[in-house]
Amino acid sequence: MKAAKEIPQPGPARGGFDVRAIRKDFPILAQKVHGKPLVYLDNGATSQKPQVVIDSLSRYYAEENSNIHRGVHYLSEQATAAYEAARQKIKRFINAPKAEEIIFVRGTTEGINLVAQSYGRAFLKGGDEIIVSAMEHHSNIVPWQMLCEQTGARLRVIPINHDGELVMDEYRRLLTKKTKLVSVTHVSNALGTIVPVKEIVKLGHERGVPVLIDGAQATPHLKVDVQEIDCDFYAFSGHKLFGPTGIGILFGRSELLNRMPPYQGGGDMISLVTFEKTHYNVLPYKFEAGTPHIAGGIGLGTAIDYLEGLDWNQVISYEHELLRYATDALSRIEGLKIIGTAKEKSGVISFVFDHVHAHDVGTILDQEGVAVRAGHHCAMPVMQRFGVPATTRASFAFYNTIEEVDVLVRGIQRALKVFG
Amino acid sequence: MSELDELYQEVILDHNKSPRNFRTIENASRKADGYNPLCGDQVTVYLKLEDGVIKDISFQGSGCAISKASASLMTSELKGKTEAQAIELFDNVHKMLTGESNGQDRGKSVGKLAILSGVSKFPARVKCASLAWHTVNSALKGGEGIASTE
Repeated sequence: MKAAKEIPQPGPARGGFDVRAIRKDFPILAQKVHGKPLVYLDNGATSQKPQVVIDSLSRYYAEENSNIHRGVHYLSEQATAAYEAARQKIKRFINAPKAEEIIFVRGTTEGINLVAQSYGRAFLKGGDEIIVSAMEHHSNIVPWQMLCEQTGARLRVIPINHDGELVMDEYRRLLTKKTKLVSVTHVSNALGTIVPVKEIVKLGHERGVPVLIDGAQATPHLKVDVQEIDCDFYAFSGHKLFGPTGIGILFGRSELLNRMPPYQGGGDMISLVTFEKTHYNVLPYKFEAGTPHIAGGIGLGTAIDYLEGLDWNQVISYEHELLRYATDALSRIEGLKIIGTAKEKSGVISFVFDHVHAHDVGTILDQEGVAVRAGHHCAMPVMQRFGVPATTRASFAFYNTIEEVDVLVRGIQRALKVFG
Repeated sequence: MSELDELYQEVILDHNKSPRNFRTIENASRKADGYNPLCGDQVTVYLKLEDGVIKDISFQGSGCAISKASASLMTSELKGKTEAQAIELFDNVHKMLTGESNGQDRGKSVGKLAILSGVSKFPARVKCASLAWHTVNSALKGGEGIASTE
């Protein structure tokens, strides 16, 4: 995350990292589930929202609601200004060079599909190759498979080692003159691995190959600077970043975006329409057909204001400590095996038992108020790589506590007791 | 009994630990694969039919305790039943799992399978318990392809 460069918006008090104070900003965390305090450890699936984000959604609908980029009236101007201000915040947040390079989409999935269908269909042909990694979410596999079917291109996969790290030598070997695009995740949702994306991009660029980074799991945990990473595209979701669902961002270099055909046709993405010829609008509007999720965009801007009010050096070291504590505590449970033991990891612990299935662990934890994910995490190739049908995944956010990790451990022990 | 205890009763834990008919059948007359795309649970059901009667039934696959125990209980229960009886039982079990019946009403009885009725309190787990049943149903109906809980 970028350090705040502007006056911080409503957020927790500055100074020492006070997780108790931060938890008060997230109303849902005070809930009880099955009579027990909620322990929300499913942040990899979606994050909870601070009150300021919830308020900004209702304020938009109560006070500003109207369509953007078209009305000459007061409300439309208000809504347009708020929406475009959010774009500026997002630009600053990932340090994009230009606001026109920030395209509002529904989420990471749509961002990747946009690149596959627009860039991919325009510039790839039979025999070309696309490189992904063995730890991708389905959303960074299937759009490329669809593109391969459409164009005759071929998908190549960078393998991962037993710790869940990319085998960089294999990546170097896969990069050839046939390679036309590389698309890898920044942080693995199933394993927590932090991928050396700068190195991935550098190697791709040495061969003139553009690189897309799936940032869905990275933006909530790391300082992301697209200029430092030097990637050509970077996609992420609002809802994993403490913002609303249904809104996400695709950053793309304007040189590439300008050369790409539109993804969808409709209103807002045109400058002139006749039945003979239609002229497309300029960036970013060329890629934003139809009335967007205006409230979502504004809400995401508010989430970023909130995040910029935090001291991210503190957040990162706090999350690191939480992960270290949880890894130690879980490792001590007999029979528990952690899947994903990369040296560089973000706040995700995936684990399995030989004799107890992830679903059963998930159900028993739920009865203790602990929300985790059980299953294949939309990363079935990762499960196949490790020879497990499913894992239980605890994924953390900065509002989680050491005490919550203890509740998780006790819940796992209860599950083990049930299954003897 | 708590809802959790009702879900994980001794019988279910036992069938999970030592599933019955957990094998393949050589020369099976019907075979179907079932798959739960949400979680990756996977089951293959084998049937040996003679004159409309299930002479032998078995299963293989991987899944949670609920899906494994449900498949194991199902194979024990269906052996010796006619195809029509099996399909009727499928309907009754399905109604019980989705909470439409308690599995004991007249005409909707599921016999020993009532042990699975606790699943209806756990909506997220209904698909685990019904996977093997959907699979056997598609095997009986001779349908092609993979049975899915979706």
